[in-house]
Amino acid sequence: MADKRMTPDEIVAELTDGMTIGIGGWGSRRKPMALVRAILRSPVKDLTVVSYGGPDVGLLASAGKIGHLVFGFVTLDSIPYDPWFSRARESGTIAVTEYDEGVLGTGLSAAAQRLPFLPTRAGLGSGVMDLNPSLRTVRSPYDDAEELLAVPALKLDAAFVHLNRADARGNAQYLGPDPYFDELFALAADKCYVSTEKIVDTAELTEAGPVQSLLLSRMLVTGVAETPNGAHFTTAVPDYGRDERFQRHYAEAAKDPDAWRVFVDRFLSGDEAHYQKAVAGFGASA
Amino acid sequence: MSDITRAEVAVVACAELFRGDGEIVVSPMGFVPSLGARLARLTFEPDILLSDGEAYLMTSEAVVEGWQPFRKVLDTVVPRGKRHVVMGANQIDREGNQNISAIGDHSRPKKQLLGVRGGPGNTANHRTSYWVPRHSKRVFVDQVDVVSGVGYARARAAGLRHHDVHRVVTDLGVLDFGGEDHAPRLLSVHPGVSVDEVVAATSFPLSTDDVTESRLPTESELLLIRHSLDPKSVRDKEVPS
Repeated sequence: MADKRMTPDEIVAELTDGMTIGIGGWGSRRKPMALVRAILRSPVKDLTVVSYGGPDVGLLASAGKIGHLVFGFVTLDSIPYDPWFSRARESGTIAVTEYDEGVLGTGLSAAAQRLPFLPTRAGLGSGVMDLNPSLRTVRSPYDDAEELLAVPALKLDAAFVHLNRADARGNAQYLGPDPYFDELFALAADKCYVSTEKIVDTAELTEAGPVQSLLLSRMLVTGVAETPNGAHFTTAVPDYGRDERFQRHYAEAAKDPDAWRVFVDRFLSGDEAHYQKAVAGFGASA
Repeated sequence: MSDITRAEVAVVACAELFRGDGEIVVSPMGFVPSLGARLARLTFEPDILLSDGEAYLMTSEAVVEGWQPFRKVLDTVVPRGKRHVVMGANQIDREGNQNISAIGDHSRPKKQLLGVRGGPGNTANHRTSYWVPRHSKRVFVDQVDVVSGVGYARARAAGLRHHDVHRVVTDLGVLDFGGEDHAPRLLSVHPGVSVDEVVAATSFPLSTDDVTESRLPTESELLLIRHSLDPKSVRDKEVPS
């Protein structure tokens, strides 16, 4: 029986420059932030990132890790715009493929089903077509003859997701109200890595929630990292909500280079344990 | 009851967006449209479905009545079309195109905004309205920089058979694209606002042939807004009087 437990640094060591990675969650909700912080510590570069973007995109942009971003939006939810993403875009330092939210999911679905494309109406007539001239349409072979967007499969080399519970074999569970698109990211990827609040015995998974909460089966998962508070500062309900005060601090610091150096020194200059200790100190100073 | 505020008129104008919608999901973005949707449900559209902004569908008594996570919204609710969304807009142009993506050249924008979000899919699939809390020439432009929400000319060219841009509610009045060849027209001005004021705050020409005054809230609507839905007057922050 495979034991898939890994540390965040071991997971990130499996990435190579130029890979395409998908990041689960949605905006500032249940993002695998401990794994993102491990990428910041690593030498890996020139990543193509596919994300319903939040501070994961902002932090990776802050460290120059993103060569190309595939996205439908980037937002911190309670703060409309991520300042690091804005800076990267306004200075023209990252290439982007901008899709509609639904189109992004359709591309992942195509990859999950090993199809070259899937048809959708979303995107037709919009800037998505102007900005992505390689997109093609497909005509229905039936009587309606409707012309639809053929969304190309969004294949991922690796997917990173954060879930509330998992066992050591990779069965993983969400306990909040929304699975987001994490299953689709896992299905679209060659390898999926899960960080989790707590690794438990398999039997404990069905004690913690209904069987429908078991989002990922172990056959989809390559590695599992136990990272308590590992979605911080995004939500991981019911374990915890968003750390709004810390997120405001992040966004304020991101606007000013001097303040950003202080932020990096204080929070991002050590390992995950250092980060969590600094965050606890920040919380205590409220 | 007197002292009716501009925000209260705007809430009622947003509620009117949903008249006749029946048993469909209504997705208002922004506080005033949310109040409008809840007001409509408590009065003349009791069957509309509303989410908590996250994964739950909630009754007007705040009881969970259904599950609607984001993936379900994008995979089935939007494409199936039983939905009316009210989106914000950084720009809207004379053809009804809307932009929430970026200002300026997309390869290196002057200002990065949210991204197109669900605008393309919403406008391709179901009724879409817009809410603009500050009506100005910066918002109502001749041509948007990035097309997030699809307007009439593009929808026709792309063969979008379910396209339906309904209305735009602003702090000054209500617009639609129901003129000749989908030309923009001013439907109503809020009390205290002149037609000239709206025309001056809009970059493109507006048909003003049949402008009425936006209706006032009824007394029972005012009671609901002031005492049940928004007792702390958060609406005044979005639309100052």
